Amino acid sequence: MDIAGKKSSLTWAVHISVLLLVALWLFPTLGLLVSSFRTADQISTSGWWASMFPTQQNLTLRAGAPELQVFEDGLYVIEGALFEPDSGKEISRWGISSRAYDAYAPGEIVPLNKGGEITLGAGGQYRMSNAEPFTGSRGQRIFVTVTSPPEFTLRNYQNVLFDPSNREGMAKAFLNTLTVTIPATIIPILIAAFAAYALAWMEFPGRALLIAAIVGLLVVPLQLALIPLLKLHNEIGIGKGYLGAWLAHTGFGLPLAIYLLRNYMVGLPRDIIENARVDGATEFQIFTKIILPLSFPALASFAIFQFLWTWNDLLVALVFLIDSTGETTVMTKQIVELLGTRGGNWEILATSAFVSIAVPLLVFFAMQKYLVRGLLAGSVK
Amino acid sequence: MNPALQALITIIVGVGGCVGYFYLSNQFLDKVLFVPRGKNAGRNINRANMIRPWLFLLPALLALGLYLAYPVVETLRLSLTERVTRPDGTTIYNWVGLDNYRQMMAEPKFWEALRNNAMWLLVVPALATAFGLLAAQLTDRLKWGNIAKSLIFMPMAISFVGAAVIFKLIYDMRPVDQEQIGVLNALYLYFGGTEPKAWLTVPLWNNFFLMAVLVWIQTGFAMVILSAALRGIPEETIEAAIVDGANPFQVFFKIKVPQIKGTIMVVWTTITIVVLKVFDIVFAMTNGQWGTQVLANYMYDKLFRANDWGVGSASAMVIMLLVTPILVWNVRNARKEMK
Repeated sequence: MDIAGKKSSLTWAVHISVLLLVALWLFPTLGLLVSSFRTADQISTSGWWASMFPTQQNLTLRAGAPELQVFEDGLYVIEGALFEPDSGKEISRWGISSRAYDAYAPGEIVPLNKGGEITLGAGGQYRMSNAEPFTGSRGQRIFVTVTSPPEFTLRNYQNVLFDPSNREGMAKAFLNTLTVTIPATIIPILIAAFAAYALAWMEFPGRALLIAAIVGLLVVPLQLALIPLLKLHNEIGIGKGYLGAWLAHTGFGLPLAIYLLRNYMVGLPRDIIENARVDGATEFQIFTKIILPLSFPALASFAIFQFLWTWNDLLVALVFLIDSTGETTVMTKQIVELLGTRGGNWEILATSAFVSIAVPLLVFFAMQKYLVRGLLAGSVK
Repeated sequence: MNPALQALITIIVGVGGCVGYFYLSNQFLDKVLFVPRGKNAGRNINRANMIRPWLFLLPALLALGLYLAYPVVETLRLSLTERVTRPDGTTIYNWVGLDNYRQMMAEPKFWEALRNNAMWLLVVPALATAFGLLAAQLTDRLKWGNIAKSLIFMPMAISFVGAAVIFKLIYDMRPVDQEQIGVLNALYLYFGGTEPKAWLTVPLWNNFFLMAVLVWIQTGFAMVILSAALRGIPEETIEAAIVDGANPFQVFFKIKVPQIKGTIMVVWTTITIVVLKVFDIVFAMTNGQWGTQVLANYMYDKLFRANDWGVGSASAMVIMLLVTPILVWNVRNARKEMK
């Protein structure tokens, strides 16, 4: 906007608006990511946005039980710490009854009701001493007002991914998703590439009609295919399973694949192909030796689309893949199930969801260039 | 069999099968059927070249026919029949004419789904395109514009189910005496709300909370396409307008937007189609409760919960019917471009 050195006052407004927009778009995902590194306790006591700052909590804890007491220098002593060493937590006030839970400062020496005395340091170390032995079975209650530093944990991921006894874990679903995705990405590319070449560079009657039909099929809702194909799969004995899912994904991915690849191949220089023909190359050779390598960007674009789409898919998996045993469940289905059974357990939900999101995000950031190219070529102009 | 092994075998069989088919069928054509030698060489070459395109197309045509074209016809047929299981266990399909459609129209849930779909169709493409256009224009001349774009584009890679979880966390509600962990309720209370709300159960409004998820995902798509279109506008038209004293807003609305109208239409229709098929978001977040049903989820309900293939197919046909105008428009545009 700023031509001839006229610096527009709009520039700042633009910077700020874009910043806001980006923040708004990033915020939701960030919330999930941060939550997946927090413990269940933390998640349920404060919003994730507060996790970057120290939090203050009132806790009721117990000192060690009387059976831990030792006799030294004529006194019965119980010593210990309320927190793990180096936890970074700091006690600001404390007390020994619920009515006066913040009566004392750290370091004060306070008489106990049943005789003896207690003192508590800011880091949570306590020392109780008494001339008589301590009695009873439970430890002394201590009320503390404690400031905890931001704290993150990898335990959720360990739990969700690497705990073999966790039946709701994502490890198996992750592998299943991978199993669905890879063949369902590779096979349509190959089939589509040949078809796209024929549609781009071979003359035959009905070509225009076929291209139009493929543009039409691009938008046919996959919902229409569910029942007829499930019926078909059952009749020919495939039933529910990987084979059915692979076939379905291949069929549903083909129109976009053919459309993208044809558009790209049509743009390849005519000279190369005609020279090769003159030199006596067969169509098959032209295709494998010239067209395929040159079409790499378009192949990559479609591969990313198909990968994202099959990885993220729920409907095809529900209808064609997952049978009543649930052995072949995929991550999306697993997450929907967790939403039902573990609706409030955000540490599980957030972690599971992030496990399934992480791979597409990696692919996205690594191959964004091809994704954008594909989008630009794929939207019907 | 181990699924990973099965997948590996599928890849080998699938890829090998495809390559083998293409290679062998071409060999057969050239070496056996129409040998381009001898006295019929010329005629044979021509014949081989007439057949070859169909060899290349055959697997794709079979797959497309079986997995997309046939289901359209079959769904239409199923929507006009009733599935009956006879006492001996066999299933027959009785012709019932338009009964399924009549039954569907008598259901309030269907009308609710249709009404919600209409709202989705009005709101989501409009908002996603508008935000996308805004983001595309604002980031256009920015040094860090590409980073901003890629962050706004990122939700595109996230599954609808993942996005559902993300937004459920935003809409989360805790009892009034506890700290709110959902951003929306925290903000609502901060700005003077009296008690936290379960947003996804608030009638009518909950639809908009669901739509927000799709807008969030689709804005990046709109931005990418529109950004390329904005870059394609001839520089002179903009300079001329600035020389004539147009302010930045006038340049944007009077010069730029009219020139990319075609692209805006493309973005709009593409998102419209996504909206018509939207299933996962509703399925994962509310499952159509509290007045949030949409057609795709209604259909799923009918097919797989009520096991009513007739009405399920009928509602699938309604989705097809709604898509058809865009289908026709796309095909006509594509044909125009080819000429």
